[in-house]
Amino acid sequence: MISEVVMPQMGADMTEGTIVRWRKQEGEPVERGEIIAEIETDKANVEIEAFEGGVFRKILAHEGAVIPVGGIIAVIAAPGDDISTYEAGASAPVARPAAPRAATSSPPSISVAAPTAAVVAAPDPDAAAAANGRLRVSPVARRLADERGIDLRQLRGSGPDGRIVKRDIERTATTRTAAAPTAAAPDAVAPAAERGGTLAMSKMRQAIARRMATSKREAPHYYLLVDVDMTAALAFRAQANATLPDDARVSINDMIVRACALALRAHPAFNVTADSETFTQQTRQNVCIAIALDDGLIAPAVLDAGAKTLAQIARETKDLVARAKGGALRAEEITAGTFSITNLGAYGIETLIGIIQPPQTAILGVGSVTAQPAARDGQIVVRDLMKVALSADHRVTDGALGAQFLAEIKRLLEAPLLLVL
Amino acid sequence: MAEITYREALRQTLRYQLQNDERVFLMGEDIGAYGGSYAVTKGFLEEFGERRVKDTPIAESVVVGAGIGAAMAGLRPMVELMTINFSLLAIDQIVNNASKLFYMSNGQINVPLVIRMAGGAGSQLGAQHSHSLESWYAHVPGLKVVVPATPYDAKGLLMTAFEDDNPVIFIEHTALYTQKGEVPDETYSIPFGQAEVAREGDDVTLIAYSGSVRQASGAADQLAAEGIACDVLNLRTLRPLDTAAILTSVRKTNRAIVIEDDWEFGGFGGEIAAIIQEHAFDDLDGPVLRCSGADVPMPYAGALEQAALPQEADIMQLVRSIV
Repeated sequence: MISEVVMPQMGADMTEGTIVRWRKQEGEPVERGEIIAEIETDKANVEIEAFEGGVFRKILAHEGAVIPVGGIIAVIAAPGDDISTYEAGASAPVARPAAPRAATSSPPSISVAAPTAAVVAAPDPDAAAAANGRLRVSPVARRLADERGIDLRQLRGSGPDGRIVKRDIERTATTRTAAAPTAAAPDAVAPAAERGGTLAMSKMRQAIARRMATSKREAPHYYLLVDVDMTAALAFRAQANATLPDDARVSINDMIVRACALALRAHPAFNVTADSETFTQQTRQNVCIAIALDDGLIAPAVLDAGAKTLAQIARETKDLVARAKGGALRAEEITAGTFSITNLGAYGIETLIGIIQPPQTAILGVGSVTAQPAARDGQIVVRDLMKVALSADHRVTDGALGAQFLAEIKRLLEAPLLLVL
Repeated sequence: MAEITYREALRQTLRYQLQNDERVFLMGEDIGAYGGSYAVTKGFLEEFGERRVKDTPIAESVVVGAGIGAAMAGLRPMVELMTINFSLLAIDQIVNNASKLFYMSNGQINVPLVIRMAGGAGSQLGAQHSHSLESWYAHVPGLKVVVPATPYDAKGLLMTAFEDDNPVIFIEHTALYTQKGEVPDETYSIPFGQAEVAREGDDVTLIAYSGSVRQASGAADQLAAEGIACDVLNLRTLRPLDTAAILTSVRKTNRAIVIEDDWEFGGFGGEIAAIIQEHAFDDLDGPVLRCSGADVPMPYAGALEQAALPQEADIMQLVRSIV
């Protein structure tokens, strides 16, 4: 039985890996599960284990070689197996062909593409498909992974054509029983808080966990804090609302949304979305507002807020909050945001430092407006102050730019007529 | 309890019916003087006389039509069409009359008719006499389709066929008449729509009926030696179909293979695969596969005929590919 050792995919965005060190020499016996190599990915060094036992017959990629995901790096086989097809490609990795599986024919024979002289083999079409997020996963494996909160991208499939099957999930589950949340009994009578024990993560909590962890892992945050004098803004708002019908009343948050949209127009560097390779300059200012729900939160966007008046923003925000709580948001409102505002002022929180929502570049955390002593023209006076904190992605912008952006938000809010000009 | 053949098991039920129900009579080509092509009715003419055991001309449409008329008039006929290949000459009577009259008469007229025929291949009878057309009949609402795999099934299912007030297509397998198995001496009925779990295992579900139960069980025995445990389902009836048994097993094993002598394209295995993916999609750990007859007219040459039929080795190979 010939077993090809291939460059594994550790995470959906991994496309290649580097052989750091071989732990086995050619000719040594190897057992299933034994560590045979160390590889380096973009994010970590990982040990590769043998999926089959036998003799470690042939190394096809030398230490230091960069091999695409799915490329064959070694061959494990019985002593008598004919591996001459691999010998020709010694030290040059061989692309694994995507062998279509014919259900009623004899088992697919081992066939390999002609070895290339280049160190990097042609990308494996299978791996490419996986890199696009189309993992081969059986339905039951997908369901169990979903129930147990297992990230399928971290698994390597042991089924036909590398499909992730039920046993792969069960193996993962047993190795991390301590950490893995188990499904809560649906008919449990006592509330969890009284009963104790482990609980399943809801879909929303899983999504929040995934997105926030991604953000903190991939986006180096920097933070800028400033006091905004809201005295004029409060007076402006009182004056405006005195003449407006209830459904058009303007909130402090609406003014902040408008101020941020205008500031984003002046500083488009903060209206950028990022993926691992590229930044995309967004042209519309889609400003998200974080809305607390029973089991988490959601941050839908006021679309094209930069082109909308304060009155329009006020009306749309009310509608957005109502629909978020009713679960009736539109897809674009959930996915198209370019900047976010998170506001815990209503809870009396002084300073809120937010986590950037990927793939956005920045988020503004807003605290409460409180009457405080402030120095003005050498006098101590009572003013309505509000602390805001900008969290921004250092990959996209630098602190000095952030300071200018934040100063623009402050300027607009302290001279609120600018919001309606 | 005695060990008897599939043929003898059928004879026991037929004799019981002739002895105990005056309305029952048998009709078919060569079932009387000759004793039946597969000797199922041998000696019945002498025992029960010409009024109860009738030889007919070679005119299948007439035979079934007469049976339908007799059933409408209150008798409980059983007609034998010799083989499923000849049933094609009677298919208009079966599909347009037998299966429809209850509906067309708004429930006023029942057709309690048992139509027996032998199906399947493996006896070198050539392309025209080796069909497995059970899926054609299973396609039609208003028909019940019975496919016994063992002597025990044959005796009990035929009893239920006679008890049923609707037309029953009772398909025996030519390769099974001499198969032996334990059968109770007393009479008994096996309800339609209840599959038998012929083997128990957790790794893969093999769904079979009629002749293919034997291959599935044989493959399961050999796979057990490799550490692969198969659940083997013997469907017993295609209409009604024991969907619950299929889904229960698939939910346990997460994998399924349907084994049928019939052609794969447009066959009954496809129906089972569709039912599984509709109702147990999230329980599947791999694709539902089919091990079917080759997509060719059945070859006459013995070696080619065997190659065209699903064999234990084919089943084992498919099992290994998904376990």
